[in-house]
Amino acid sequence: MQERMRIRAKELLTSGAVQRVLGWKKGDFPYNPEPAFFTAEHELDDLVYDRFCAANLSGYMVEANKQDGKTLVFLKPCDTYSFNQLTKENRVSRDKAWIIGVGCEGNAEVDEMQEIGLLERCKVCTKTEHKVFDELIGEDIQTREKEDRFEQVSDVEKMSPDERFGFWQNQLSRCIRCNACRNVCPACNCKKCVFDSGKYDTEQKANVTSFEEQMFHIIRAYHVAGRCTDCGECSRVCPQAIDLHLLNRKMIKDINELYGEFQAGDDAETPGPLTDYDADTDADPSVVYERG
Amino acid sequence: MLKIAKNNLPALFAVIAKSADLYLPIRKGTVNYAPWSEDADVDLDTLKTVKSPKDFFLPQSETLYTAALAGKKIQLEAEPFADTPFVVFGVKGCDVKGIEILDKVYLSDPVDKFYEARRKHGTIVSMACAEPQATCFCKPFSIDAANPAGDVVAWMADGNLYWEAKTEKGKKLTEIVSSMLESAADDIVTAQQKDIRQKIDALPYNSGLPLDRFKAERLIELFDAPQWDSLYQTCLACGTCTFICPTCQCYDIKDFDAGECVKRYRCWDSCMYSDFTLMAHGNPRKTQKERFRQRFMHKLVYYPDKNDGEYSCVGCGRCVNKCPASLNIVKVIKSLGVNADV
Amino acid sequence: MCKTPDLLIPQIGVITDIRTETSDVKTFKITGADGKKPFDHMPGQCAMLSVPGVGEAMFSITSSPTNDDGLLFSIKQCGTLTDYLHAMEVGSEVTIRGPYGNAFPVDTVLPGQNLLIIAGGIGLAPVGSVVRYVFDNRDKYGSVDIVYGARSKDDLVYLKEIEEIWRAQPNTNVHLTIDREQSGWDGHVGFVTTYPKELNISTDKTALVCGPPIMIKLTLASLMEMGFKKEQVFTTLELRMKCGIGKCGRCNIGSKYVCKDGPVFRCDEIDELPDEY
Repeated sequence: MQERMRIRAKELLTSGAVQRVLGWKKGDFPYNPEPAFFTAEHELDDLVYDRFCAANLSGYMVEANKQDGKTLVFLKPCDTYSFNQLTKENRVSRDKAWIIGVGCEGNAEVDEMQEIGLLERCKVCTKTEHKVFDELIGEDIQTREKEDRFEQVSDVEKMSPDERFGFWQNQLSRCIRCNACRNVCPACNCKKCVFDSGKYDTEQKANVTSFEEQMFHIIRAYHVAGRCTDCGECSRVCPQAIDLHLLNRKMIKDINELYGEFQAGDDAETPGPLTDYDADTDADPSVVYERG
Repeated sequence: MLKIAKNNLPALFAVIAKSADLYLPIRKGTVNYAPWSEDADVDLDTLKTVKSPKDFFLPQSETLYTAALAGKKIQLEAEPFADTPFVVFGVKGCDVKGIEILDKVYLSDPVDKFYEARRKHGTIVSMACAEPQATCFCKPFSIDAANPAGDVVAWMADGNLYWEAKTEKGKKLTEIVSSMLESAADDIVTAQQKDIRQKIDALPYNSGLPLDRFKAERLIELFDAPQWDSLYQTCLACGTCTFICPTCQCYDIKDFDAGECVKRYRCWDSCMYSDFTLMAHGNPRKTQKERFRQRFMHKLVYYPDKNDGEYSCVGCGRCVNKCPASLNIVKVIKSLGVNADV
Repeated sequence: MCKTPDLLIPQIGVITDIRTETSDVKTFKITGADGKKPFDHMPGQCAMLSVPGVGEAMFSITSSPTNDDGLLFSIKQCGTLTDYLHAMEVGSEVTIRGPYGNAFPVDTVLPGQNLLIIAGGIGLAPVGSVVRYVFDNRDKYGSVDIVYGARSKDDLVYLKEIEEIWRAQPNTNVHLTIDREQSGWDGHVGFVTTYPKELNISTDKTALVCGPPIMIKLTLASLMEMGFKKEQVFTTLELRMKCGIGKCGRCNIGSKYVCKDGPVFRCDEIDELPDEY
């Protein structure tokens, strides 16, 4: 499959159909391929594709979109949702991308003891279909282990307020504010983040209390609500292994319950539930009193 | 050489904690240095804590002074310097070297008194790396993971922790716990050292890292090298590498409005961030390429230029493990170290 | 020498005088809480001024070291802190720490030399300290040519002092210029960058150049055309600073920290730095 991808990429690059290729490049170790732009045919000999190619490349298309000509981008099924969402938000142009959907057999990660495991997002994978592509290479292998991706969220919901606070305090107090979650997130595509602005005292660079981070992560979760495709990159890259996807998934679960089932990135047109209003079916704001 | 049985370590920690604040690797989701308590999940087996122990000498944030404003008047109260003795236990050779690298910045003229006070009150118990990992590359930086620097050096072998004081501070700490330690022959430690050195020699990054070209006389050549154009491209501009790095040393100074007063604090900052060099009239490092280049040039050329050729990388490999885009200093060394003209 | 526990901890400074220079530049005199000069400095050195809760920034000291009753800072309104400073009144307190950086070599290289001082806009502030120091030690130096330009006549600072004191000095010429024609101005019109060339100033001088980065670049190019050697020219660089003592890591250009190794550089030294300023 990797070989087919190389051949096709070389064809498209040498024919001039695309100006550059966005894929994964061989790393020093099997488990650390890096996202990379390829602009010459010979460079594509280093293109790799295996289960360690976890990085969602759609976010890099925001930059590629500013370059001349088309960019060939390899997207796994779940990555195509992010691409659609970026198209919907006019951050990337569909015309400037040549999308090759690549089959996915689930992504692996290496833990601190060098043990290989399946990424959490792949254990609850629901996105087995490429939602946008020009052509497809390879087959998918279903890696889903759990039927309900909201199981963990439900567990947290069942906690008492004190337990829940303790749970999140334990999680978020580990944050070192490196911004990896934000910078990797395809939905976090503001040109200037409010947390980088020195103007409004929002540029928090210090831990005022161990739980100071509540502002950053919760505001971020709210800001991507209705736009987060649940791609799981935030949790994948967090150096402190914070279960950040739970915050986003809680938002998704609430949105599903209040506004009807919605999957961000399913297509590039349907308005998001929080940017659209339907007087008949949408929940009233007063719902917060009932739900607590 | 002294020793203590591994299962007596909780008692040893309890005794140390009576005389000083004790920090050691503790598992809380991930493994990081944290204050010891009886019920803490101490983890001396995990090779690499996520963050290095530099926090104890250069905290991620610390108040410098408090200012109260009343009318036209300002009242300043300087934050007192650290005066509590503390022990950091289980520090690996690379991380000890990381602190020595910070020393050359913070203890050189003019001395940073906040850092100096912590350094004075801190005792480092280092530990040899029984099981180095493939991402380790301390050897090219002349670090001996089998016999690290530190006030006390420890080896975990054969169900025992072997203990050797190396400095005056280390001897003082040894006196405090002397009743718990028994004397031991050197042979087990000698054997482990030999084993560690063999393992390290066999690791992929420990031979052939082309560091020779990273010299001050090549500063401009390396700065202008075309490789930067592609190396930085998928950098996400986050600060993961900076914040987990034992030698990253740059800081910001900011105000925190605490209501009735203003706390001026300093905190770690990252040259990977766009606002790092932003000024009212522009930014000398306009794109991520310049910021990315700065971080590696600082470690491999600028710092050595000021410090007798010593690199400010210790080969801990944290960036190799943690960069979200799998970029790291090894890739930079390999790319630029071979031939900067191509 | 440091009066506070650490160099990052400032002392209290009191604004004892405010002089309005132009619509957006004011000169502040700052003394210590005891009414004396907060610290000694040499021309070209800087200090960190701050209002807690507003910000802290580096400013060059424009008064001469020979001035005993305080430090003078000419500050252009261009951001949060400078806006705030401009709204402050005499008697208000700020914080001050310093002095930082190196200085123009007024006691080593410059004595006995003919001096050519070129400044653009607020760039006259750092070299103003040199000018005043030189005039207070007039016998030690050769001729002094000051070429000073600004966008308009309303943007020229220290005009009264220039006309009454500087022009009255022996063996001294002051040449003023503004960028564009303006009613009420019968002096020279044109950029300061090329004015020394137009004046046909001889190259038997040591030049000090200070102003915005683009003005410095263009002036240096013009001086080279005139036949000046890089070793004859000193200038200042400006980058974002936080600590002032060569540690926080943001003002470096290559291995040099502008706050500690600069801000004054001889032009041939700048050539050895990577192009990142």
